[in-house]
Formats: sequence, structure tokens, C-alpha cells
Amino acid sequence: MREPVTTAARPHADMKPALRLRVESLCVERGGRRIITNASFGLAGGEALAVTGPNGAGKSTLLRALAGLLPIEAGTIVLEGAAESEVAPQAHYLAHADGLKAQLTVAENLEFWARYLALGDDARSLPIDAALDRLALGALADAPVAYLSAGQKRRAALARLLVAYRPLWLLDEPLTALDAASRGRFSEAMRDHCALGGVVVAATHEPLGLAGASFLALGKTPAESLS
Amino acid sequence: MTSAFVLVFLRDLHVARRIGGSATMGVVFFLSLVTIVPFAVGPDPDLLARIGPAILWIAALLSSLLGLDRLFQADAEDGSLDQFHLAHTPLELAVLAKCAAHWTTSSLPLVVAAPVLGLMLQQDGAALLGVVATLAAGTPALTLIGAIGAAATVTLRRGGLLMALLALPLTIPVLIFGVAAASAAADATTPFAAPFAILCALSLISLALCPFAAAAALRQL
Repeated sequence: MREPVTTAARPHADMKPALRLRVESLCVERGGRRIITNASFGLAGGEALAVTGPNGAGKSTLLRALAGLLPIEAGTIVLEGAAESEVAPQAHYLAHADGLKAQLTVAENLEFWARYLALGDDARSLPIDAALDRLALGALADAPVAYLSAGQKRRAALARLLVAYRPLWLLDEPLTALDAASRGRFSEAMRDHCALGGVVVAATHEPLGLAGASFLALGKTPAESLS
Repeated sequence: MTSAFVLVFLRDLHVARRIGGSATMGVVFFLSLVTIVPFAVGPDPDLLARIGPAILWIAALLSSLLGLDRLFQADAEDGSLDQFHLAHTPLELAVLAKCAAHWTTSSLPLVVAAPVLGLMLQQDGAALLGVVATLAAGTPALTLIGAIGAAATVTLRRGGLLMALLALPLTIPVLIFGVAAASAAADATTPFAAPFAILCALSLISLALCPFAAAAALRQL
């Protein structure tokens, strides 16, 4: 199903550490309400998980909890086989706020995050111009982020995932504001990431374009569960 | 580790330079405060010479709080703060680098402008030197203490006032010893070294504690 990664783009595609994300009976509370109750799943390196559910079902909460941005009430989140046991430094978190400074150019933003987020010198991190080319942003490298459209900003944020390799991708609605061509490019980037042994967890309402992705349907909205 | 500090520091300097006005805003506010004082207290040179160091310090304190509420808010809004949480580098170091960049862009210009404004308040050579030295030693503490308030109010839309209310009481010791040392520099009869040493100590204590307190507040979001 997954296409082999072109060796020209990633000459190290054969390096596949045995990775496993294990989430067991995870409970997360937010504002005194239990949003996630007993979520359990396991993902091996190369696998993707699409988290679905109606608005307010807790998709974003789940991703933020996985990224360590929210305290968890109960349960465990372990990333086995990674360089270190803690999940947060192994994860890329991409949400609605894209982490780009409007005053800096696309290349300056990426340069900063590449150096700040990279886990040492990983050959799986793409150089900045290569990452920009993959998302068809090469021509905008020197444009200030303030001048970009919503979709272009989104692509610049996605490029951050490529310039600093981290095995776990936590994506909250990654396809928002992207046109059909960009969605295709991003799906390809996700397939590549899986082929490199990475794990993708994406909250989405739309098809991700990932064959073989498993699904986690989050249930009722908190309002419904209260009644 | 050092390079991560330099990275964040340079990035914030860069952003501040592109936005522009952060240095000018503080200095102009400083200037306006110092300028209106002689109109309020009267143009008596002796009185101005006596209260000059205090006026300069109060003005510097208020100007350094100006814009401090945006220290983490801009990063929280654009999602950079989430990325800082995920980084390998401790959040404390990022906080420290951001404070250093903020001090360089908004408090350092105050230190540079102080001798010029001191002349308007009838300060002589020794007093000017005292004010510059105490501001240079004391303003880092003001920025670092303000960072705790900024971190605690980062999610509030109009957090600026609350931030000032949280930070101002904590800056009182800095103000007391800053003014004491600056006044002592002007007046040969009182010792300068003791209050100045305490002022430096306050800055060093803030340097050691405030990044941890601010980072702890940011983790509670």
C-alpha cells in the first residue's frame, strides 16, 4: 500500500527503529469535566491513526494530552523504542496555531524550529529548501509569513515537521485550508513519515489519504455525556 | 544548551526589530514621565536634584512594565509556546532567553537614555553615573520579576493590568535599593556600596528564581 520512499529525497529510508506508541486507559479532564474516558490504543512504527468524532468529542484534547500539553488524570502514554522514554520531545504537535512568527520569513521560521526542535543530527531531517520544495513553497522562502495566505501558512507549518525529524506526529486537523494539490503533497509526506518508521496520530473530519490507517472514534460530546 | 539560548534570544531580537518601536515606546514613555515632573513639583533646582534619582527610577520601573505583558502572549497566540513545551531544551532556558531579549530591546534603551533625562532633573556627574549604574544593575530584576506576572496572565486577553498588579509589589525591594544607591551616589555622606550590593543581589536572585517560577506558571495553562 505504502509507496517506497524515493531514496533521492531520503537516502536513509532503510533506517527503521522499532517504535511503538502505547496508550492505555487514558483519562483526561478539562475544566472539571472528563473529556477522554479510558482511551486505549497501540501504534507500531509505520502506522497511522485517524481520530474521528463530532465537534467537542475530545480530539484536540487527546492530541494535546499525548503531546504532554495537558495533564492526564489517569492512564499511561509510552513511546517504546524511542531515544528516550518521554513522549513530548519525540513528538511534533501541529494544531490550528501554526507556531510561525508573522514578522520573520518562512525560511527564518523554519531555520529556527529546525535547530530548536531537532533531536541531534538526524539524517532523516530534511534541509530547509528541500522541505519547502516538497510542499511547493520554494518561491516563498524569503516572504514574511504575514504575507502568506492561510493555506500557505499551513504548508509552512507542515514543513516544520519535515525539517526536524521526530518520530511521532500529532496532527490536529492538518488539512484545514489546504487545496487539493497541497493535500496530496501532505498525504505523501505522511506516507513518507510512516515509511521511515514514524507514527502519525491525526484528528480529522476528512480522509487523510493514508491507506491502512486505523481509526479511533471518540464518542459523545461532553454535553451529551452529562445528560 | 547555550546555542538554544542564543537561538531564542536572536529570534526575539529579530522579531522585535521587525516590529519596531519597542525601544522607542519605552524611551518616549520614560521621557514623558520625567518631563512632566518639574511641571508638577515646581522648577526648584534643589528639590529636583534631591528627588531626581527617585523620579528616574519610578519612570524606569513603569516603562519597563510597558509591553512586558506581550512577553509570552505573542508566542501563546501563534502556537510557538506549545512548541517550546515540546522542545528538548528546558522551558526555563527559553524563558530566560526571552527575558534577556526583552531587556535588551526595552530596558537597555532606558539605561542609555537615563543620563540625558537626568540632566533635565538637575543631576550632576556623580549622580548621573549612579543612576545609570543602578538602572543597569536593577532593570534585569524588573524584567525577570515581570516575567512571572506575564507568564501567569498569558491566557488573559487584557492581562496587562493584572500583570502589573502582580509584579509591582514584588519590584518594591528593587525600587527601594535602586533609589537608595542612586541617591547615595549623588550625596557623598551616605554609603553607596551597601545598597548597590543588595540591588545586585536582588537581580541575581531574580535571575536564579524567576525563570523557574515563570516556566512553572506557563506549564499550568
